[in-house]
Amino acid sequence: MTVIDKGISDFTSEGAQEMLPRQVAGGVEVLREVGSVLRLSEADAAVLADREDDAQTTILNMGPQHPSTHGVLRLMIELDGETVIRVKPVVGYLHTGMEKTGEELTYVQGATNNTRMDYLAPISNEMAYCLAAEKLLGVELPERAVWIRMLLAEVGRIISHVTFLATNGMDIAAISMMLYGFREREELLRFMEMVTGLRMNHNFIRVGGTAADLPDGWEARLTTILDNTERRLEEYDVLMTNQPIWQERLQGVGTITTEEALALGVTGPILRSTGYAWDLRKDMPYLAYDQVDFDVIVGQYGDCFDRYAIRLNEIRESIRICRQVMKRMPHGDYRVQDKKVTPPPRARIDESMEALIHHFKLFTEGIKVPEGEAYVGIESPRGELGCYMVSDGTGKPWRMRTRPPSYIHLQCLPHMMHRGVIADAVAVISSVDPILGEVDR
Amino acid sequence: MADDIPAADAADEAAVDPAPAPEELHGAPVSYSRGQKVLHVAREQLTDTVAKLRDDSYLQCLDVTAVDYLGYPSPRELPESITPERFELVVTLISHQLAERIRLRVQVPESDPTVDTLFTLHPGTEAMEREVFDMFGIHFTGHPDLTRVLMPEDWEGHPLRKDYAVGRIPVQFKGAPSR
Repeated sequence: MTVIDKGISDFTSEGAQEMLPRQVAGGVEVLREVGSVLRLSEADAAVLADREDDAQTTILNMGPQHPSTHGVLRLMIELDGETVIRVKPVVGYLHTGMEKTGEELTYVQGATNNTRMDYLAPISNEMAYCLAAEKLLGVELPERAVWIRMLLAEVGRIISHVTFLATNGMDIAAISMMLYGFREREELLRFMEMVTGLRMNHNFIRVGGTAADLPDGWEARLTTILDNTERRLEEYDVLMTNQPIWQERLQGVGTITTEEALALGVTGPILRSTGYAWDLRKDMPYLAYDQVDFDVIVGQYGDCFDRYAIRLNEIRESIRICRQVMKRMPHGDYRVQDKKVTPPPRARIDESMEALIHHFKLFTEGIKVPEGEAYVGIESPRGELGCYMVSDGTGKPWRMRTRPPSYIHLQCLPHMMHRGVIADAVAVISSVDPILGEVDR
Repeated sequence: MADDIPAADAADEAAVDPAPAPEELHGAPVSYSRGQKVLHVAREQLTDTVAKLRDDSYLQCLDVTAVDYLGYPSPRELPESITPERFELVVTLISHQLAERIRLRVQVPESDPTVDTLFTLHPGTEAMEREVFDMFGIHFTGHPDLTRVLMPEDWEGHPLRKDYAVGRIPVQFKGAPSR
């Protein structure tokens, strides 16, 4: 078993003490912070490595090319023997300047850019972008567009979470789970391909609605997939949840408290794993989440096992939501009938001069969004995905900021790993589920 | 959406009322942008205000980012007491108890782009402030590790500034076969 104690009491002169109420806990949090975050430049690390004495700690570089760092995350880990003392996440290897690019793309093109940030939940990214633009435009979405978005977002959540189960299994040497998880993912991606035309990076959610209506036969296809997935979740319970090795490997590993999570800006499954029930779909509903029935899954111990169990059970809740959406999918338009927002259908261009002009204007200049600024936050599979948009009245956003949950969650790695063993580092990274495309943007 | 309805009503009322008393919170003017609550804080008061807001149940700092308004085509909608500056630091806080977000807009002048860090109040702002420093060159006084995070350590310039040109890679197209 791993060393779980990681309270400040062992490292400060203040002795054993309870975590204080949030209002006065600022300084305490900072102390804790200083204890586990490694703040060392490359040059300093090199100097340290040259020192020859027995008391020295080892600095180990993990990544950026490491199979279990989920992409190109690099961790500088300070080790005392096998115990992790401090950690510094080093990111930026995948930085492609997407926020700068976003300022150069019109609102029609923007979603294409944003969908590539979090490549496991592309629909959420497009949706945050479009919701922010729609907030600035002040358009009211048609019912059907709202429900299509909700359906795809939930399917996207299932895809993201089964991929988490797969990679989490792989990192902890449950290779069969990796195979099963990716099998599930493929089936769901095929559904996404049927609806959007692409397996990933769909660019299906557009400002003012969706790119197309749902294809014929989507219900039957989705019903089959959801039934299969739900049945197989039972198998995963047998394969992993109730399996002693799996439990030993994850329980009590990488714990984080609610106070730490709130202080570090953590949202989503990691915050919920500490026993704090906060889900934007429930507490600040957007789209039509207030009209569907689902439960917010909450953990208790804030360890890797809770984070695994929460994601597993969120798949069940997402399936529940998908079934309700299927039953209640309204009819009607899937895009706003506003000529200044939605391009005319192809057939109209041949017969109407006005339609031709609108088409031309929309695709050359983009949608004219009134001046102003707005922030929209949605619950992506990883946490609060925000989009802060500033418009200057032209067809391109003046500033397009995405609040990336993964980037902020990386900050809790040092705290989760503190005083743990190096072998658990992989389990901890995996349980945070960072997507480096979103971290670096 | 639904969470913004009360705020939107407030904005409507402000528009209808001929001489509305300017709303204030902790000594800073409040405005509403698309129904979202915005607090215009002076640079010197930022940490104090965030601390007071934390006591008002705004427990979590969601986002710290900045906007460069260099060459913004029209005057910004700001309360009268606020002088627009080139940079604007945008801090988003959330209150889980009220289920409400609040946005703090802080004017940061080009000549002295420094702001006090929020790290002591919300340690989670460390990475976000590093990103703002990296992308905009705004310095945070008291930040424990203000270094570049997304760009390489030896990079020059701050990419998200408006006077930083978008890089272009020259592409050489093969000419169509001449006839």
